[in-house]
Amino acid sequence: MSAPLKNSKKGVLGKKVKGFLATKSACRGIFSIVVALLIWELGTRYGLPVLSAIPPPSAVLVSFKESFVDPWYWGSWESSFQRIGLGFIFAQIIGIPLGLLMGTSRYFRELSLPVFEVLRPIPPLAWVPASALFWPTPEESIVFVTFLGAFFVTILNIVGGARSIDARYVRAAVSLGSSRKDIFWRIVLPATLPSIIVAMTVGIGVCWNTVVAAEMLAGHSGLGFLTWRAYVTFSYPLIVVGMISIGIAGYISSAIIRLLGSRMTPWLKTS
Amino acid sequence: MILSQILGGKGGALAKKAAISSEATAGKISIRDVSIVYDPEGARVVAVDGCSLEIPAGEFCVIVGPSGCGKTTLLNAIAGFHGVSSGEIYMDDQLLCSPEMTTEPGADRIVVFQNGALFPWKTVLDNVTFGPLIQGRMTRKEAREAGHELLLQMGLSGISHRYPSEISGGMRRRVEIARAMMNDPKVLLLDEPFRAMDALTKTVIQKYLLDVYDASNKTVFFITHDLEEAIFLGTRVIVVTSRPAQVKKVINIEIPRPRDFRVLSSEYYRHLKEETLEAVHEEAQKAFEAGEREMA
Repeated sequence: MSAPLKNSKKGVLGKKVKGFLATKSACRGIFSIVVALLIWELGTRYGLPVLSAIPPPSAVLVSFKESFVDPWYWGSWESSFQRIGLGFIFAQIIGIPLGLLMGTSRYFRELSLPVFEVLRPIPPLAWVPASALFWPTPEESIVFVTFLGAFFVTILNIVGGARSIDARYVRAAVSLGSSRKDIFWRIVLPATLPSIIVAMTVGIGVCWNTVVAAEMLAGHSGLGFLTWRAYVTFSYPLIVVGMISIGIAGYISSAIIRLLGSRMTPWLKTS
Repeated sequence: MILSQILGGKGGALAKKAAISSEATAGKISIRDVSIVYDPEGARVVAVDGCSLEIPAGEFCVIVGPSGCGKTTLLNAIAGFHGVSSGEIYMDDQLLCSPEMTTEPGADRIVVFQNGALFPWKTVLDNVTFGPLIQGRMTRKEAREAGHELLLQMGLSGISHRYPSEISGGMRRRVEIARAMMNDPKVLLLDEPFRAMDALTKTVIQKYLLDVYDASNKTVFFITHDLEEAIFLGTRVIVVTSRPAQVKKVINIEIPRPRDFRVLSSEYYRHLKEETLEAVHEEAQKAFEAGEREMA
């Protein structure tokens, strides 16, 4: 049912769909999805407890078709991706150097880490009211909470990564004639890169969690807002369309990060 | 494998720069009454106590002693990773360290570590060229050329574009020795480099190290607690006491070079092993009873 969508998504990513589909595990995967869709469809028709409340897949499919030609639907994608992009990229731009600095300088770490330790457990969404206060528009506050979602993850992961660098590498580099600057660029940075990528992978997930909820709370556009508006306007199939779209968007984002990650760390075998 | 001949044979700037010269003119190490005291949180641990040792230029000097006796501490002091509490260490009559000063680690005294320290994010070739490039001694092109040349000499050219994680442990050690040799060090400091290796790989890589040594005549400071290894490789075997480390016994190994693994079954070798074992056993017993764990 959602097969054409699945294929096009894979096509975008340039995966070897044909070879993959031939494997047994792929067949089992497709089977499980088809069965789940069947249970869903039949469950809604025959009024199974929980399922009867939600629209059947056939209705969702119709809604999907409508959405596909609706510029507003694609506009929602664009808004969400824009927020994710801004929040996530700012989190990296600020978080990576800060994390590296905190990871390598004990002085700086002891001065600044306590602040992060206190702020980190606050869920990004709890920042929504406060950020609405200190940012002029809702748009900026949504981007800000999205930023926070990835920011703390980035900082803490990188600090951990930079601190756990094996002293042998540093000693070997010094022994081979490296200056402090060389140690940073040629040892600390590449040795921390895997942690940076882990932080990005986790961070992009947190970003999506955050942006969707923030859009529901304070947005006037985006996939989260689309889903919420569908609920408020009683267009229930569209709720499911929104949910699936968010899932796909999140998947695409993490696939991009993964691809980027494996390009950046060719020495880690993650085929 | 005759590194010097081939590299020297090229005659040009390359050979001079990658230089593995066969005459041992530099690399004399003098350890004079050195004591090293660790003082983590006030617990004075004497790792090395009044240790004196003269290592002539170009000697293959093997240090044998029980685990945790302070061998590594001594090596770290020569390398410049650690200061001394009293006494002095000289290299070629130049003060390396005393209680007042410690010379920074440098490419003239390269360490090959116990667990290996090839940079996992660099290919074999990039690891090997790391030294000359970081020191600004060669251009990228020169370094790559010299690196390729050296890897070829050392029988490693087939893996120059692999990452360390893609090659075997024995190969990694060879690459690490190559990386050290690229810097034309005066002294090679090897800290139980073949410890984690299986016996068969070990013999292959020991022979390999001997070939490199025979061709280059670098001073080698080699730590091990494997007696066979010590005798097979060393010109002199220095047995040190359990912590604090002092020289207990010096055994001259008069097996001619180039050496072959067949010497391992000779009468002379057996005799040497007995002599060494006797000296070491006592210390091992002491260390065992003291229940000390390996430090540093």
